[in-house]
Amino acid sequence: MKPMTNTPLSNIRNFSIVAHIDHGKSTLADRLIQQTGTLQARDMKDQLLDSMDIERERGITIKANTVRLEYKAQDGQDYVLNLIDTPGHVDFAYEVSRSLAACEGSLLVVDASQGVEAQTLANVYQAIDNDHEIVTVLNKIDLPAAEPERIKEQIEEVIGLDTADAVEISAKTGLGIPDVLEAIVKQLPAPQSGDRSAPLKAMLVDSWYDTYLGVVVLVRIIDGEMKRGQNIRMMGTDAKYLVDRVGVMTPKLVPVENLGPGEIGVFTGSIKEVADTRVGDTITEDKRPCTNMLPGFKPAQPVVFCGLFPIDADDFEDLRSAIGKLRLNDASFSFEMETSAALGFGFRCGFLGLLHLEIIQERLSREFNLELIATAPSVVYKMNMTDGTETEMHNPADMPDIVRIRSIEEPWIKATILTPDEYLGSILQLCQERRGIQTDLSYVGKRALVVYDLPLNEVVFDFYDRLKSISKGYASFDYQLAEYREGDLVRMSVLVNEEPVDALSMLVHRSAAEKRGRVMCEKLKELIPRHMFKIPIQAAIGGKVIARETISAMRKDVTAKCYGGDVSRKRKLLDKQKEGKKKMRQFGRVEIPQEAFIQVLKVDS
Amino acid sequence: MSNNINGDDGTPGFGVYLHWPFCAAKCPYCDFNSHVRHKPVDQREYVTGFLSEMAAMRQETGPRTVTSVFIGGGTPSLMEPQTVEASLNGIAKYWGLPEGIEITMEANPSSVEANRFRAYRKAGINRVSLGVQSLNDADLKFLGRLHNVEEAKIAIGLARDIFPRLSFDLIYARPKQTLDAWEAELKQAISYAADHLSLYQLTIEDDTPFQALHRAGKLIIPSDDLAADLYDVTERVTRDAGLLNYEISNYAVPGAESRHNLTYWRYGDYVGIGPGAHGRFTGDDGFKHVTITERMPEQWLDKTRQTGHAIVEREKLDRHQQGDELLLMGLRLVEGLDVPRFEELSGRTLNQEALNNLAMDGLIEPVSNTRLRATQSGRMVLNSVVASLAG
Repeated sequence: MKPMTNTPLSNIRNFSIVAHIDHGKSTLADRLIQQTGTLQARDMKDQLLDSMDIERERGITIKANTVRLEYKAQDGQDYVLNLIDTPGHVDFAYEVSRSLAACEGSLLVVDASQGVEAQTLANVYQAIDNDHEIVTVLNKIDLPAAEPERIKEQIEEVIGLDTADAVEISAKTGLGIPDVLEAIVKQLPAPQSGDRSAPLKAMLVDSWYDTYLGVVVLVRIIDGEMKRGQNIRMMGTDAKYLVDRVGVMTPKLVPVENLGPGEIGVFTGSIKEVADTRVGDTITEDKRPCTNMLPGFKPAQPVVFCGLFPIDADDFEDLRSAIGKLRLNDASFSFEMETSAALGFGFRCGFLGLLHLEIIQERLSREFNLELIATAPSVVYKMNMTDGTETEMHNPADMPDIVRIRSIEEPWIKATILTPDEYLGSILQLCQERRGIQTDLSYVGKRALVVYDLPLNEVVFDFYDRLKSISKGYASFDYQLAEYREGDLVRMSVLVNEEPVDALSMLVHRSAAEKRGRVMCEKLKELIPRHMFKIPIQAAIGGKVIARETISAMRKDVTAKCYGGDVSRKRKLLDKQKEGKKKMRQFGRVEIPQEAFIQVLKVDS
Repeated sequence: MSNNINGDDGTPGFGVYLHWPFCAAKCPYCDFNSHVRHKPVDQREYVTGFLSEMAAMRQETGPRTVTSVFIGGGTPSLMEPQTVEASLNGIAKYWGLPEGIEITMEANPSSVEANRFRAYRKAGINRVSLGVQSLNDADLKFLGRLHNVEEAKIAIGLARDIFPRLSFDLIYARPKQTLDAWEAELKQAISYAADHLSLYQLTIEDDTPFQALHRAGKLIIPSDDLAADLYDVTERVTRDAGLLNYEISNYAVPGAESRHNLTYWRYGDYVGIGPGAHGRFTGDDGFKHVTITERMPEQWLDKTRQTGHAIVEREKLDRHQQGDELLLMGLRLVEGLDVPRFEELSGRTLNQEALNNLAMDGLIEPVSNTRLRATQSGRMVLNSVVASLAG
């Protein structure tokens, strides 16, 4: 089937789907693709738009993806429906905002038994801010626990949306899918304006690296046409390219003649790196530029930093090339070389959030077979120095001499938590322990909606894990970066057998230092195996020890019997032991297993 | 036949090991190469196999002066005395059996086997090592042993009268064993006046029924700390009784150390005859050569018939491996590691920093200018000590 081109504006609908994790966004997308016959049954698989293994396994969407659906509506007309799938997780909020900017409407998918969650709120408000029309879709109505009427009330009450035209579906069974398609056509607006004869004006929505095609750029055409052989210019970066391919995603790339106003599609043009494309940039014709640039987006800024070091120092170059390759496709994370006394050569990397960090780490180990040690995540601190200068600090190991610092500022977030009533007490306690300041508490049916100002450095540690475990998974959480505030922060270092382990040093609030130090020491005591000698573990601020544990010396590991027939086996065991040692890091005389660095940060306090 | 066994000349020596691979029943803790056969095996076939393998091994070692023989198993006391005699005659034929060398045989302390002791002695055995394992009937049952304490006592008495040298084994650090109970049992064992004791802490070996029980949480062995305390008790009680803890798990009246086993620990040469036996001897090239024979008795027999021997694995060790093996074995001895010999075999010197650290932690100490040993606490963590010195 040759995709339609020159679709009249009135027959185009561009939309995204807003939903909380697990509420069925990807399944709904699969059904829409199926129902419109975009893919043959043999090409169908679950979570079609989530192309990375990690996305499928975790049931999350990391990269925004797009698919063009062709639909013959009940009014007898053919429509082009462009779906831009968006990530639900807060770390990828910037992907959501750019996707929303390319569309006129959104489907709000809500689980008919779970109701509205914190992430749903954040994303739907963003959609409303983008002037989107919204079709409410209640999913999973086939479940016995579904309460569509109650959830509709909740949506009206919390979000303020009219749910009179809400569509009730089961993406799993396919129930109600045709109604969704009709609602998209009837309730969502067509692109508003667009002059086909005007100079090309297109929004750069996203870009990704494809092994065969190079960088593929997703665009939304505002005015004019984009076609093969066209000389284009990116107005923000002033880079020029020759368009060598124009296409639409079905979700495979299918070439088309051209893309007209209102359409969403892709092009390639010998662009080397994703970093060469700026999301939100305006693309126009080189010779006949449009007059007004689109407002564009703020580039995504990394907010969490950590060091990544190869376990085996020989893997450093492999790590460099792997990070480079990932960066080709993900301009949102940053890296620079770092040297650690304890861990050798590695990279200081910046991420959009903890999930982003975890995903990059996992991809490095999975796709590139690298074994890594990650150091304690840190936020970006602002140091006001006594000489009046101001510096940013990404790594606690780089902390300047304390006498030169006048004050330290740390980033705070505005966190929104939605939780069933019974967990509220423990959640408030958690927020208080993490130096939170409550700014709002209201009720949404039986659930509490809490808004807290929290220091980000209290959240990068296991906050999300704690929240999930306290609430048995029922609380949902979302945040936005708010502002920098001055704090009484100190650098806590960890000493193992009297040797400081730079990879474990961190900035903490003075009031939390002792507790954090104690927990770190206790945890390390469990994680470091006994050695032939006793090992003191200390947490210290400056020269002052604030917590201490001791790993007692191992007393027995000898093999009782060793005779002539045992030597070969013993030697092989010894060789294995040596292999195992390679997975350890040597700090003075102490060997610390790599997982200790990861586990110790999952502090349960 | 002399009652006097040659004293230890302090050299690594050259030992001959012969493996009898059958047992009446398999013990649940044992991972040795032993097999239970319900039909009696034709022992003459095995004698033929032994002799043929000896001939083949003799080709490889060349002429050597044998310093000890050890017949292990399995249960060698299931061998007919004629089988033992014929095997020893084979060793005499291929390498020679000098007068007065130590010839040990392992035996079970059951009444049936004890009845053969005199005949074994006549065949040339001058040292017996009895698998007593415990002086407590309940624990003998738990360990899967076929004898009881009474039989063991009788066998010990008989062996003491018949053989110039007597050793017996005990397994301790058993489930629920207390320090006091072990001390009492050990003192009783010492009162039986053996000149040598092998005292092994119960170890959970791979692929044994005990391992399965252990994994299922049904067999709980003492913690490392309690095991270390039990080892300390053992050291104290044996020392008070005049026994020298000359190797990790071996205790002897001075002069009654096992010459054969000293060859292993001093990293001397030895040949291994019989199913699943290991040999290690220095070749013309100056490097150690390892031989390992077929484990399954019937297949071993077939192979000896077809090719004269049943060696299924050979390895020429490099300097690095020789060094590691010498460390593994040599540091088990109270006499310590012969450092110049280590340097010669490994082609390297010991890591001075590692040595300093180990000395600082009280885990190793010099014995002389050329010898180094693990201390009492060092011997207990020998795996780690060796790992920090290995290349």
